[in-house]
Amino acid sequence: MKTETYDHRIFKVSRRDFLKTTSVGTAGLLLGIQFSCTDTSKKLTGNPAAIFSPNVYISINGNGDVTLIAHRSEMGTGIRTSLPLIMADEMEADWSRVKIEQAVGDEKYGDQNTDGSFSVRMFFTPLRKAGATVRLLLEQAAAKEWGVDVSECKAQNHEVVHTSGKAFGFGYLAEKAGTLPIPEESTVSLKDPKDFRYITKQSSIVDLKDIVTGKAKFGYDKTLPNTKYAVIRRNPEAGAGLKSFQMDAAMKVPGVIKVFSLDAPGFPTNFNKPLGGVVVVAENTWAAMKGRDALEVTWNKGINADYNSLAYNNDMLKRVKTKGKVRRENGQVDKAFGKAKKIVEADYSVPLISHSPMETPCALAHFHDNACDVWAPVQDPQGVRKSLAAALGIDEKVVTVNITLLGGAFGRKSKPDFVVEAALISRNIGSPVKILWTREDDLQHDFYHFPSAQYLKVGIDENNKVNAWLHRSTFPPIGGTADPNASEPSGFELSMGMVDLPYAIENICCESQDAKAKIRIGWLRSVANIHHAFAVGCTLDEVAKARGVDPVQNLLDMLGEDRMIDFKSLSPEFWNYNEKIEDFPWDTARFRKVIETAKEKSNWGKSLPKGSGQGIAVHRSFLTYVACVVEVVVDSNNTIRIPKVDYVVDCGIPVNPERIKSQFEGGAAFAASLALKSEITVKNGAVQQSNFDDYQVARMKDAPYETAVHIIESGEKPTGVGEPPVPPFIPALCNALFAATGKRIRQLPVKLV
Amino acid sequence: MATYQLSVNGENHEVEAMPNTPLLWVLRDNLDLTGTKFGCGAALCGACTVHLNGNAVRSCSTPVSSVGNKKVTTIEGISGEGLHPVQQAWMDENVPQCGFCQTGQIMTAIALIEKNPNPSDSDIDSAMSGNICRCGTYERIRKAIKRAAKADTK
Repeated sequence: MKTETYDHRIFKVSRRDFLKTTSVGTAGLLLGIQFSCTDTSKKLTGNPAAIFSPNVYISINGNGDVTLIAHRSEMGTGIRTSLPLIMADEMEADWSRVKIEQAVGDEKYGDQNTDGSFSVRMFFTPLRKAGATVRLLLEQAAAKEWGVDVSECKAQNHEVVHTSGKAFGFGYLAEKAGTLPIPEESTVSLKDPKDFRYITKQSSIVDLKDIVTGKAKFGYDKTLPNTKYAVIRRNPEAGAGLKSFQMDAAMKVPGVIKVFSLDAPGFPTNFNKPLGGVVVVAENTWAAMKGRDALEVTWNKGINADYNSLAYNNDMLKRVKTKGKVRRENGQVDKAFGKAKKIVEADYSVPLISHSPMETPCALAHFHDNACDVWAPVQDPQGVRKSLAAALGIDEKVVTVNITLLGGAFGRKSKPDFVVEAALISRNIGSPVKILWTREDDLQHDFYHFPSAQYLKVGIDENNKVNAWLHRSTFPPIGGTADPNASEPSGFELSMGMVDLPYAIENICCESQDAKAKIRIGWLRSVANIHHAFAVGCTLDEVAKARGVDPVQNLLDMLGEDRMIDFKSLSPEFWNYNEKIEDFPWDTARFRKVIETAKEKSNWGKSLPKGSGQGIAVHRSFLTYVACVVEVVVDSNNTIRIPKVDYVVDCGIPVNPERIKSQFEGGAAFAASLALKSEITVKNGAVQQSNFDDYQVARMKDAPYETAVHIIESGEKPTGVGEPPVPPFIPALCNALFAATGKRIRQLPVKLV
Repeated sequence: MATYQLSVNGENHEVEAMPNTPLLWVLRDNLDLTGTKFGCGAALCGACTVHLNGNAVRSCSTPVSSVGNKKVTTIEGISGEGLHPVQQAWMDENVPQCGFCQTGQIMTAIALIEKNPNPSDSDIDSAMSGNICRCGTYERIRKAIKRAAKADTK
């Protein structure tokens, strides 16, 4: 498949690479042992020079201070807290004595690409093992010191306690533990979950105080001596080149130092290449911006100069009504439609959407001595490192990627383009530089969520049973941003809410239609689940109506008997978020349970005044099962308010319930933006929106007033929580709007009039 | 370029800037007060909110030449040694996710509570409508404002 390169690079988490470099009990970790006990004369607590560091993530000094490495990027999910918590729990560290250090981008930490809601899923067990190994070594060190059997020693809250009651602090033991051989993995036992000290308990994020006091450092907050400031004017048409520019007026702006051009990549642009354009470097941010305003630039037209999103979207809507390429087929839908007594039929359309994190892309870069250091808010620091090395023609080893906090990302900051820009500018001017994307830059040069069109047709037979399901989807695949030939939605994109349909329907056909990217397309929080869950969730509500049954009952009827769905036999293109279906099965009992719990918790079917309504939708994404009930109130001016949302979440073991709840509360507000507010349009290749006045997002009054998050108690492996809140919210909201107004929503953003 | 005397967080600073330079960039680039954030540059998102004589203003759209002798307060100067009750409420409610917009949110909320010690839901909606949070922490912001208001009136 043409998009395979993309699949592999971005979504195919390289578990083997990870094991190779970091997992406990494998060669990487063992070889990576670093003992550095520089002061052996002092053996009491209080010698901070003794460092016990048995793996890349954990170190303890002679004072008993524990440093844990946060190797994934913090963009608001709480991952800088949750992963260290896992280690601290297993090693019995006192959380108040733990310091968190952010890793630079380096393969020795394993996968750092913070994307796809898999940080906890991927690292839960390895980090538990890392912590448990440290715990065992400390216990062994104490046992040796006391001359007793290790079974008599137990690590407890920063101490190892002997059965007799005597104890050593972690600090005292650090140096001694460092002299012991790393135990075989088979001898390391993990805690019984009932003994968890932090996992599944409420914990505040480690950056909380710094954030509320303004001390937290984001991408544009660090400055080096002699730092300059830069902005870039880019061709409004993605990837197209520069014809000419006039810099005299710009150079007259006080503070402007230099104006020069960067090459454009053409289209498709690829994911890691800057868009090129005219760079203005100045002594401060404002001078750079004013200098840019004063530029006179003439652009070349590129191959997408005739791209008009309205016409493009209408064309997709037209084509999606015709037979496409079959991507999943069970039974014979055409025959079944012939036997159907009722048909439900609808098409759905979702526009281009921008990520617009509150922090626009920005970075500090310092190219010096043929090496490069950057400080940037990036989701994929190893990818940034590779891209910088390639763009600068230097070895990765001399590229250091420091990760600041990310002021939101939602997928945007998994692309390194803006960091590459900063590095190229720094090299050009010979001093450190900070690049800033203005909001206009951000909205007009994003990697957008794909525009899409879908068509659904459902047959209901004489027994009032759904007997046929046809779903067609078209959108320009993400791979088209790198590959000029990629025009077919890929299997993994269609496995986000289309070919992974779990309902027990005898005749199912899923088809795709080609579409070619005309602008940079990228993944945005929950990716293709956004439009697929919207269409499927709304269609199911229409089916309920057609069958004359309650929407909750309709979902349960259609789901059928509890079972593990064998998708491999149903749909050859099925993709399980890079996990084997054996490891993370598609369990309809879990799906059913979130629906039933949502019914109960939301007081489903309660009596509501005119103009109000409830809607439900349910969706599995990133291996997490989520049901969502949204309640809406629509007033006489068609103003929509959302007084209540109930989420029911089955994400396996809830590692950090407080942050899971916050992800769902925030996910609802994020999805409210997509459903009610946000739309990017393109005319003659150029994005028409420019700031938060014409690109609207949810403000306080638009967001849910109250979001209740009900977490299913579970001992299953933990799964994602960053993205899964988004998909079911949108259809639940649209179904609630139908209940409130009688109007079906088939196009986003919602327009009631 | 011109020279301005600014009172920021109780200290006097002399800065050189173009007259139309937004206060935001003077705070950040000249004075290294980076708690105040750039979000839109057009007074549409509230990330850059600071106080001028106690009133919440968007520093991205406030030219330095218009500040005069008004007292500028940023997130760095809102409390002395400890935390302002609104900051404390933000911590108690675990409001932040990514945290980027929160200093602006807090500055707007402080100005609200100082003028209206017991804000209703609709007072909060309207005072906070200029502050965007893309992580969607709005529910907790509302709770934190109510908590801080309660603490204030005790």
